[in-house]
Amino acid sequence: MKLKRTAAAGLAAALTLAVAGCSDEGSSGFTLDVPDIPAHEALGDPEGQVNIIAWPGFVEDGSNNPDADWVTEFTAETGCKVNRRIGETSDQMVTLMRSGDYDLVSASGDASLRLIAGGDVAPINLDLVPHFGDLVDGMKGQIYDHVNGQAYGVPIGRGANILQFNSADVEAPPTSWNVVWEKDSPYAGKVIAYDSPIYIADAAVYLMHHQPDLGITNPYALDSDQLKAAVDLLKQQNDLVSEYWALYTNNVSSFQSGTSTVGTSWQVILNVLGEGYDGVLPVEGSTGWSDTWMIAAEPKNPNCAYLWMDWATQADINGAISRNFGMAPANSKACEGSPENEAHCETFHATDEDYYSNVWFWTTPIEQCIDGRTDVSCTNYQQWTEAWASVKG
Amino acid sequence: MLDTRPTDTAHPPEATRPAGNRLATLLHAHPRLRLYGLLSLPLAWMVGVYLVSLALLLVTAFWTTDPFTSKVIPGFTLRNFENILTTPAYLRTAARTVGVALLVTLLCAALALPLGVFMAKVASPRWRNFLAMAITLPLWAGYLVKVFAMRISLGDSGPVNWLLAPYGLSGPGYGLPAVVLTLTYLWFPFMALPVYTALRQIPPNLFDAAADLGAGTWRTLRTVVLPLLMPAMIAGSLFTFSLSLGDFIAAQFVGAKVQMLGTLINQNVNLNPPLAAALSVVPILAVGLYLFAIRRTGALKEL
Repeated sequence: MKLKRTAAAGLAAALTLAVAGCSDEGSSGFTLDVPDIPAHEALGDPEGQVNIIAWPGFVEDGSNNPDADWVTEFTAETGCKVNRRIGETSDQMVTLMRSGDYDLVSASGDASLRLIAGGDVAPINLDLVPHFGDLVDGMKGQIYDHVNGQAYGVPIGRGANILQFNSADVEAPPTSWNVVWEKDSPYAGKVIAYDSPIYIADAAVYLMHHQPDLGITNPYALDSDQLKAAVDLLKQQNDLVSEYWALYTNNVSSFQSGTSTVGTSWQVILNVLGEGYDGVLPVEGSTGWSDTWMIAAEPKNPNCAYLWMDWATQADINGAISRNFGMAPANSKACEGSPENEAHCETFHATDEDYYSNVWFWTTPIEQCIDGRTDVSCTNYQQWTEAWASVKG
Repeated sequence: MLDTRPTDTAHPPEATRPAGNRLATLLHAHPRLRLYGLLSLPLAWMVGVYLVSLALLLVTAFWTTDPFTSKVIPGFTLRNFENILTTPAYLRTAARTVGVALLVTLLCAALALPLGVFMAKVASPRWRNFLAMAITLPLWAGYLVKVFAMRISLGDSGPVNWLLAPYGLSGPGYGLPAVVLTLTYLWFPFMALPVYTALRQIPPNLFDAAADLGAGTWRTLRTVVLPLLMPAMIAGSLFTFSLSLGDFIAAQFVGAKVQMLGTLINQNVNLNPPLAAALSVVPILAVGLYLFAIRRTGALKEL
């Protein structure tokens, strides 16, 4: 009973935040036309297995790294064998989920709305995920996993796309994204940029602050004029760019070999680079990513899937996943209990809502403007992909 | 070609054969059946796996995608092709990719010819074996390892720049030249081996005859060696040309800002499969045109 109440409280908090979050972004009343799929009602007997598509490092059984193992104990406790398939990109994860062979996916914000609207995932019955209540407030009820007051995802962790630089090669540590966007950047030819259509949102975040008359209020809700402005900025940036990176190892070697001096990066990359490099969340804020567990619309193993979601949400496991992957854990209790936990959360600003209030988490751009505008239609991800091809020429 | 004639020596006389060997008897008596039996598996593979999947891909190019959910909707539209033909970025990328593939092919051929001549006609047997091994050695390493090695070599503070620095020079860095260089390095064995083998098969007396008739080195090369090498060069160029057309990993690692057709296909393959399928028709067309151009020269007859 106690567990149930916590969950209910969590749900209430989530709903409040959803409303609050919406009004913050000026999108109150945003609803989306989604297929009506019922949530799993009650936990039954475990099916003996669960099939998961996950980012590398999310579902580990110790075979890659003996220290990273939170699957063996889960299987021993629940009798659910875990079959993991590594997802390489969000797009691939969406395609795999449509095959119907998987029960769970660790979806990023740029995949989740597509899955929800496509009827590929079911709402979450939060009563069956007792640990949901421990999650940090900033991750509940976000638009990319929470539609029409229904939760579709159980948060795992989040991270910001930071401005990374080689400390020795910059005159002064940069505090603004202008060093990667403006023509007169002192680091022309040494700027690294992210190689994905979703990077258009980074240009939009910069324009939001420096060209307010464009009227951008959400970098994922761009009408065609706003998209054109963002693409023009990206084309201007193309002259400054040393490299576009898609694989994080290429970001590391680009900075190490001196090919790049400044550019967009992740905290986990900065940790790999270590001494001599630094990163900052610039004054304009930034984009970021946030991952959630989502359950298939017609899962073959719903009970094991729910058991896994709750298992992975508890403080210890969530902490282990986020340390292994290099992100801020979703469970606030994963930041307590040991100096190691506290240090990790400090590095990744896990409970620092001020930090993340300036971060726009990846969300699939769709025709319906998610900033609440109804007088125009916004550009969708396909249009972004075409625009991206024109940036790189 | 397949030899369908029955061979007498391979089979023991009828009487000594165990009764269970009736299948062998049957096959022995019916050469045609034997031929079909032998061919059916590779044919099934060719038709079932290769041609059918290729056909499915081509059909997808005429379908559409739901822009929101990126689900594929069967139907018939030419919009994907129209899209490619009217978008300057796609056209530029296609032209760039074909240009890179041609350049890589030319470079491979230009390097393979002198190396082949040296190995086949000049080098001592020991040198020859060493060089043959050196050419094939890169094939033993994984593809990604080789691309990553090129990335490290060409980096700003990489070994290439380090070697050139004392002469006041610097390497090409990442970009289009690096992509051409990397692809040349990757596919060179596919050109070098056929050229070398063909050169080895040219009888030495042809060279003697050419010399007796007063032809110098260049003239011999141009009028005797090159025509005899054409089939090998064409076979090699088909590899280097078509493999370069489809590559996107080299561009990802050493291309810096370079966008190739493979990059676009990779970006669309999950998001907008019909557009990806339409884009992949471009390399198929390019290889088709290339084959057609070769056929016009009559070189295919000698293959």
